[in-house]
Amino acid sequence: MEERNEYLVEMVNIHKWFAGVCALKGVNFAVRYGEIVGLVGDNGAGKSTLIKILSGFYPPDTGKIIFEGKERHFASPREARELGIETIYQEAAMVPKMSIMRNIFMGRELSRTKIASLGYLDIARMEVESMKALESVGLRLRSPHALVDELSGGQRQGVAIARAMYFKSKLVILDEPTNNLSVKESEKVLEFIRELKKQGISSVFISHNLYHVYPVADRIVVLSHGEKIGDYLKEETSVEEITKLMVLP
Amino acid sequence: MERSSWAFNWRRVLLLRETSSLIMLFVVIIVFFSIAPLFLSKENVGVVLEIIPELGIVALGVTMLMITGEFDLSVGSVFAFCPIMMALFMDWGMNSVLAVLCALVIGAGLGALNGFITLTFGIPSFITTLGAMLIWRGGVLLLTGGWPPPFPVGMFTGALVGKIGILRVSLFWFGIITLILWFILERTDFGNWMFASGGNQIAARAMGIDVRRVKLANFMLCSLLAGFSGVIQSFRLETTLPSMGNGLEMEAIAATVIGGTALSGGVGTLIGTVVGSFLIRMIDNGLIMARAPSYWFRVFIGIATILAVILNTFVRERAKKLRC
Ligand SMILES: Nc1ncnc2c1ncn2[C@@H]1O[C@H](COP(=O)(O)OP(=O)(O)O)[C@@H](O)[C@H]1O
Ligand SMILES: [Mg+2]
Repeated sequence: MEERNEYLVEMVNIHKWFAGVCALKGVNFAVRYGEIVGLVGDNGAGKSTLIKILSGFYPPDTGKIIFEGKERHFASPREARELGIETIYQEAAMVPKMSIMRNIFMGRELSRTKIASLGYLDIARMEVESMKALESVGLRLRSPHALVDELSGGQRQGVAIARAMYFKSKLVILDEPTNNLSVKESEKVLEFIRELKKQGISSVFISHNLYHVYPVADRIVVLSHGEKIGDYLKEETSVEEITKLMVLP
Repeated sequence: MERSSWAFNWRRVLLLRETSSLIMLFVVIIVFFSIAPLFLSKENVGVVLEIIPELGIVALGVTMLMITGEFDLSVGSVFAFCPIMMALFMDWGMNSVLAVLCALVIGAGLGALNGFITLTFGIPSFITTLGAMLIWRGGVLLLTGGWPPPFPVGMFTGALVGKIGILRVSLFWFGIITLILWFILERTDFGNWMFASGGNQIAARAMGIDVRRVKLANFMLCSLLAGFSGVIQSFRLETTLPSMGNGLEMEAIAATVIGGTALSGGVGTLIGTVVGSFLIRMIDNGLIMARAPSYWFRVFIGIATILAVILNTFVRERAKKLRC
């Protein structure tokens, strides 16, 4: 009973099948308050499937999700988001041809009044608030009206994280945020994730590359062929130990 | 400081999507004026301004829909279908205002049908509306047997096409519709959802935007405006010809694209479309004034469309490099 309260979210005995493929075979996965969990494993291990269940994209075939002490059934990503679970996918997070400000407030626009059920945008306030949001992750950009298209991959991740922080997410899930980024850019993304932790926000950082996750994670969970094969606090393990685990058949 | 802020402003002007179409518009005006000075006479300006709204209103709807990432090729057919339904309703004894409203509801309904089929079966709207274009053009011919129904007497034509000096009321309708749509697109949350739905629908959906609803609303709007514009033209000409709006879908798409809206969705401006509509109608009229054979019109519109997109791409690429 005592144990329970330290977890923001617990996924218990999750199974998921896709047309004959068993993507997840009874996975238990939990995230504590304010914790950074690194979720690693080879391509096809089931990492994305696991967090898509957590963020409401699919229901699990069996198993349950307990969020803030209550069992939850998410019918859509929207429901998960309303509870404070924000998922950031590299390709799906932003609309490149829209401004930073419009991206940050996409779907949650600030408006002054309603005119015939249309919200009249409060652009001045969104400008100020989006700059504030960006500063909260230490991202300094010239103008909130710059197009996301003109940002580097790392900066885009920063904007997505700033957005999650601004809307008071409790759990931020990043699916392969460092894919296709340079070393320097990846470093920046790690900085943004540390910033989340400072604000007490939990995060799940997914990567197939252990070396990207290791520097920031408090705990590392290893998936392989749909099963959890390792779950270590960082101080109780080493890169060598986990690498060995990951390369074993 | 001073200098860099100047450079910045220039860059911003060049980055505007409307810029290349405006440049082309000025060039066209100057060229036709020097060939045929009567091009800018009061009478001729009046002639141009009375035909612009009919293309412009259709093109505004096409632009809104294209920004959400969808097409409507059936606007030309709906443009003919709605006024003919209006005339038939009145032939059956319906009151004139009610007949127009019913015709417009049918216009919106045809758009809803386009949207419903496209979104439910997940097929390209290019295909759905190509089909719709043929179906409703055929429908018009079936309903009329190729002969126009008599234009109803005592229509309230003044409200849509009444003359004020050299202008017609339809120009004000065009202006008001432009303002309202501009406001919706640029200043409301719904406008933001439109750009998001056209720009990256996966992201839009992930952020809780109801992409389907946004697109459906724009299919309806586009078709409604096509019907409304058709009614305007039938009021102006006081006839309902089955051939009305033939080829109008191509002109509306050309006006949209010339104005800087991307075929791929997610990017576009209504002001650009207004400029594009002016450009097309001015080329049309200027060629007549210059006594060029009328088939040159299509040639020039084709050239203008391609040139505008090239200019747009080229100017913006250059402007990006102007960064200080
Ligand atoms: N929508 C789907 N339909 C069918 N199979 C899927 C689907 N999503 C994932 N899979 C399968 O599930 C397994 C796990 O995939 P995924 O969770 O994407 O792995 P990871 O993110 O660790 O690379 C893979 O074998 C993949 O082919
Ligand atoms: Mg994956």
